Amino acid sequence: MIPFYTTDFGNPSSAHPFGWRAKQATEASRSEVASLIGASPREIVFTSGATEANNLALRGLLERVSDPHNRGHLITGVTEHPAVLDVCDTLELQGVDVTRLPVDAHGQIDAGQLRDSLRPDTFLVSLMAANNEIGTLHPLAEIGSILSDHPALWHCDAAQAAGKIPIDVKALGIDLLSISAHKLYGPKGQGALYVSRRRPAIRLAPLQEGGGQERGIRSGTLNVPGIVGLGTACELAASEMQGEAERLQRLRDRLVSHLTTNLPQLRINGHPEQRLPGCVSICFDGVDGRDLLLQLQQDVALSAGAACASGHAGPSHVLASVGLSDEQAASTLRFGLGRGTTTQQIDTVAERVVEVCTRVSALAS
Amino acid sequence: MIYLDHNATTPIRPEVRTAMLPFFDESFGNPSSPHTVGRRVADAVDGSRAQVADALGVATDTIHFTSGGTEADNWALKGVLDAHWLKHRSHGRLVTSSTEHHAVLDTANTLARHGVTVAYQPVDENGIVDVQALMETVAASPAPQLVSLLHANNETGVLQPVAQLGAALRERGVLFHVDAVQSLGKVDLQELAQVVDLMSISAHKINGPKGTGALYIRPGVEIEPLLHGGGQEQGRRPGTLHAAGIVGFGAAVEAATHDGLASMARLGELRDRLQDGLSDLVGDVVVHGGNVDRLAQTLSVSFVGVEAEAVLLGLDQVGIAAASGSACTSDSPEPSHVLLAMGVEPRVASSAVRFSLGWGNDEAQIDQILEMLPPLIARLREMSVF
Repeated sequence: MIPFYTTDFGNPSSAHPFGWRAKQATEASRSEVASLIGASPREIVFTSGATEANNLALRGLLERVSDPHNRGHLITGVTEHPAVLDVCDTLELQGVDVTRLPVDAHGQIDAGQLRDSLRPDTFLVSLMAANNEIGTLHPLAEIGSILSDHPALWHCDAAQAAGKIPIDVKALGIDLLSISAHKLYGPKGQGALYVSRRRPAIRLAPLQEGGGQERGIRSGTLNVPGIVGLGTACELAASEMQGEAERLQRLRDRLVSHLTTNLPQLRINGHPEQRLPGCVSICFDGVDGRDLLLQLQQDVALSAGAACASGHAGPSHVLASVGLSDEQAASTLRFGLGRGTTTQQIDTVAERVVEVCTRVSALAS
Repeated sequence: MIYLDHNATTPIRPEVRTAMLPFFDESFGNPSSPHTVGRRVADAVDGSRAQVADALGVATDTIHFTSGGTEADNWALKGVLDAHWLKHRSHGRLVTSSTEHHAVLDTANTLARHGVTVAYQPVDENGIVDVQALMETVAASPAPQLVSLLHANNETGVLQPVAQLGAALRERGVLFHVDAVQSLGKVDLQELAQVVDLMSISAHKINGPKGTGALYIRPGVEIEPLLHGGGQEQGRRPGTLHAAGIVGFGAAVEAATHDGLASMARLGELRDRLQDGLSDLVGDVVVHGGNVDRLAQTLSVSFVGVEAEAVLLGLDQVGIAAASGSACTSDSPEPSHVLLAMGVEPRVASSAVRFSLGWGNDEAQIDQILEMLPPLIARLREMSVF
């Protein structure tokens, strides 16, 4: 990234060598992003992040697809990220009929229910690959196969999943897919939207206009260093994904097994197998999660739920939808493991958590 | 290479780089996270917000970080007219000018397609909108919800009388958005910020990073978000904050305002040296906006009789990077809409080259250009059937 801030700082739209070098770099990154998800480079639109990508996919489609008299029908799930759910709320205000599929106790939608919810005027199904709070994967292959004989497009928010589990947009039949760089060890402020070049063509109305970059779908000077960072992060993720997933899975199992052995009142949220390797959401029954965070904060950085919701006090919509009471949700912590996490750290964290939980429970009783 | 295309983008300064790097490495947290790793980053973001707010002389909570100037422009226009629609169920009216950046022009066109009435105020031969004429347009019924003007034109550097307009519009109770992407760090914006309601700024035009900008929103202005989801930026602009970019923006604003006036005086002398030299040595040149207040480091000049593309190609061969218009439209063969709106003949407009100076340019470079350009233009004129 660094050279593109200093020496190769050109604007990729400029018609001189500074611009050409920057453009070459963004196009190389486009190929790397595409190759991570089995797409072709021309199907990648760079955005400022996954939030923008989600907004662009959902709102961009509405403006093109629906006529003013019938705004059509959209299906999503109750555990989606606010960047999808909040957009759906605004689309509903504009007359779109929105179905929000419930999830089972593991956080998965029911494929049969998705099939039954499809209508002739359903223009979009927005279902995420992996949930950001509990790590559960939706039944992606089944969703793809159900949608394969329906004209509705499938938008998949893969902000948490891309680079962590294999995703092949062509094999799965995904039409639009959101990626975030900073969730896969790339920079913040950078994302991408995959837009399938299927027939009939998907025509997205831009959210931001002026300048005509990204074939007019997303105007604005390209964030060259960010794009280069995303490309490199995708390249690394592609080559390291399998080994890293296995390693994180082992660490996660080690953490869970240590905790379950020593703490009787544990509930592991999310699907036991269909899940992200490095994410685990644990409900410590009878222990206040905020208390636990406070006691741990000197040594361990973790959170009660999604970072973007940290400001607001209400219980997590994801935990509520997998059947947790407000009290259980308030006793839940999310452990997000990653590339820097070591066995030693896991052991320390496990010991500290057991120690604090035991003390807090003793006090409570 | 000599880089004279600073209105397209700029390199980051060393102090900006130093400020940013930790936020890619050890301080990588998500500023929305409640733990120490996140809070440290949130503190840095707050610090940058204060730096940007101080440069404009406004309160910190009026600065909303965006992905750049384009997003800020789109948000200002669509956000105000959306808010009007939600409240009154009427499409509303927008007044802007014919020499705006495409981020405003294209957005205005889209709003027009959706039913908003848009008036494009003409400019005079110097590229300036007439204050009285604009106020007459504003006075016509129905009253507009928003007036949007570019402070400094990206192609010519010409400055609009936005301070005067701001005062007049405030008196009439009409919201005023100013695109100050090119003027930030080059002219003092503090007085202007007192009379506008919305202002777009961008980091990468002032030796900050690409991918970060901001929209100033005066308290009380009714504006809908452009993006939805997540509660960042007071619920108005969701998405994980681009901490490194924001910190770089703060450092760049600080550096630009710190030595801004001195550095503009220096660049102004270099620009005048280039302009006078070209007028003397090349002959038959037209300087656009040369008779009015404009950015000290911008020179838009037509070498009559030769095509700008040929000049740029020739300059490139001797290691000089300049532009024919804005970078965003460099693919398009059309002459600049800005120059045409100023009444410049299409043939002359097609000859316009933009030299935009910045931090890093010096006298030796200008002299080098003055040495190389006159013979190049003479050769092109000999060959030209244009």
